[in-house]
Amino acid sequence: MHGGGKLLGPSSAIEARSLSKRYGSIEAVRGIDLDVAAGETVALLGPNGAGKSTTIDMVLGLSQPDGGAVSVFGGPPAEAIGGGLVGAMLQSGALIRDLSVRELIAMVASLYPQPLEVQDAMALTGLDEFASQRTQKLSGGQTQRVRFAVALVSNPRLLILDEPTVAMDVEGRRSFWQTMRELASRGKTILFATHYLEEADAYADRAVLMASGRIVADGPTTQIKAMVGARTIRATLPAAGLAELAELPGVSAADRHGQAIVLSCSDSDAAIRALLERFPEARDIEIAAAGLEEAFLELTAAESS
Amino acid sequence: MSALPYTRFELLRTLRNRRFFILSLAFPVILYFLIAGPQRTNHDLLGSGISAPLYYMVGMVAFGTMSAMLSSGARIATERAAGWTRQLRISPLSPRAYFRAKVLTAYLMALLSMAVLYVCGASLGVHLPASQWLRMTAMIVIGLAPFAALGILLGHLLTPDSIGPALGGGVALLAFVGGTWFPLTTHSVLYDVARYIPSYWLVQASHVALGGKAWDAKGWLVVAGWTLVLAALARRAYRRDTARL
Repeated sequence: MHGGGKLLGPSSAIEARSLSKRYGSIEAVRGIDLDVAAGETVALLGPNGAGKSTTIDMVLGLSQPDGGAVSVFGGPPAEAIGGGLVGAMLQSGALIRDLSVRELIAMVASLYPQPLEVQDAMALTGLDEFASQRTQKLSGGQTQRVRFAVALVSNPRLLILDEPTVAMDVEGRRSFWQTMRELASRGKTILFATHYLEEADAYADRAVLMASGRIVADGPTTQIKAMVGARTIRATLPAAGLAELAELPGVSAADRHGQAIVLSCSDSDAAIRALLERFPEARDIEIAAAGLEEAFLELTAAESS
Repeated sequence: MSALPYTRFELLRTLRNRRFFILSLAFPVILYFLIAGPQRTNHDLLGSGISAPLYYMVGMVAFGTMSAMLSSGARIATERAAGWTRQLRISPLSPRAYFRAKVLTAYLMALLSMAVLYVCGASLGVHLPASQWLRMTAMIVIGLAPFAALGILLGHLLTPDSIGPALGGGVALLAFVGGTWFPLTTHSVLYDVARYIPSYWLVQASHVALGGKAWDAKGWLVVAGWTLVLAALARRAYRRDTARL
């Protein structure tokens, strides 16, 4: 092959432009732009129903976008899939029965042009001791490992995992992420969906936040963590005006639920000091880390207003 | 990409499945000895001109091979439910190769069912020249084509829960209408209906064993017509099924 660019390969693994998908009246994905560079590990972070799985399905060519386009390694998804460049662990799924773990993995390996050795795929996923076990006799956690091995044995350049650790126990998760680190260090491109901020923080170079079908933030995980790591203060305080509360130092937004007020804070320490100084009558005070879910809602609210 | 290694594992899975042995092997073998055994000396079954052991051998072959062909539907339904069909769609295995593997597996299982029943037939005194065994086998293989398509169609329409009863009942009905249990009397309503059903022509393959023609033009037309229609429907069901995913 001639041409230096071709030899180096395209630097972009996934490139989505104005991608959208609707199911009936529900707009699952509303015009997102997503870029994943080759060799990058990216977390797709968001609550249930954010559009993560729909996005992944479109990247894999499992469903057709209603608007926009997506390319994988510079071509249509079907081309990358046909060339065996992509391995994926879909969100839900069981295994087919009446085969041993080793046979199932070998069966999948036979479909790809340059698969890993079946033995290596099993070693990477900690399946050695279950190699001869029939797939229908595995536990939930073991099944997840086999599904991971099925995604890996294709020896893909791009690995896509949709909520991979959901059914795993603590030990399973630990060894799973260890394997992922190992794969990332071999230069694989990895895109994984999760609703755990900690997973995104610990294992991704970058996090893409989705909520209600939109990308609401996209950046290094540290930055994302600061954005969604906000705290809220709740207190019973019938007399205070919302405008006044919102202007307190460290407070980004104020809301009222009957007698109670809810302050979203960028700096809860400054906010609580100012609040008590100004409104000593405040009682039933609670300070809590905002859940991802709440942080997402806030970010989407900010986006749409 | 060659789907042969994939087919090999598919075959292995099917051989390990108890369901297959009961429906496609054990059941027809037991029925054969129960029905044909007592009539082993009957050389002209109900005026068909065919001996009872030969007639019922082909009848049970029709039953067993129909079960074997349609069992691909049961495998497809469970694979869909398990999300395995989606997993395969993100592999380089093309839909064409996928179906080739399914059809090939179904045919190999049908051949196994056939071989076992031939041995049973021989034990009850069915003796044919090698060329007629082969011709009969070829006719049955052709006659099974509509069932290959029907299996795939049902696999993409039904759930794992509903496909078991559907296949069990369907095969029994098709076998009955086809004349597996007794030769159909000509000029009856059942006979007139049966001539439009592919299972009837499957059973008629036994005429080859007597040196006659198995099918007239109508037979070829019925088998080809059903194959084309069912294949088109199976294709549509597959498309609709995977588009929704």
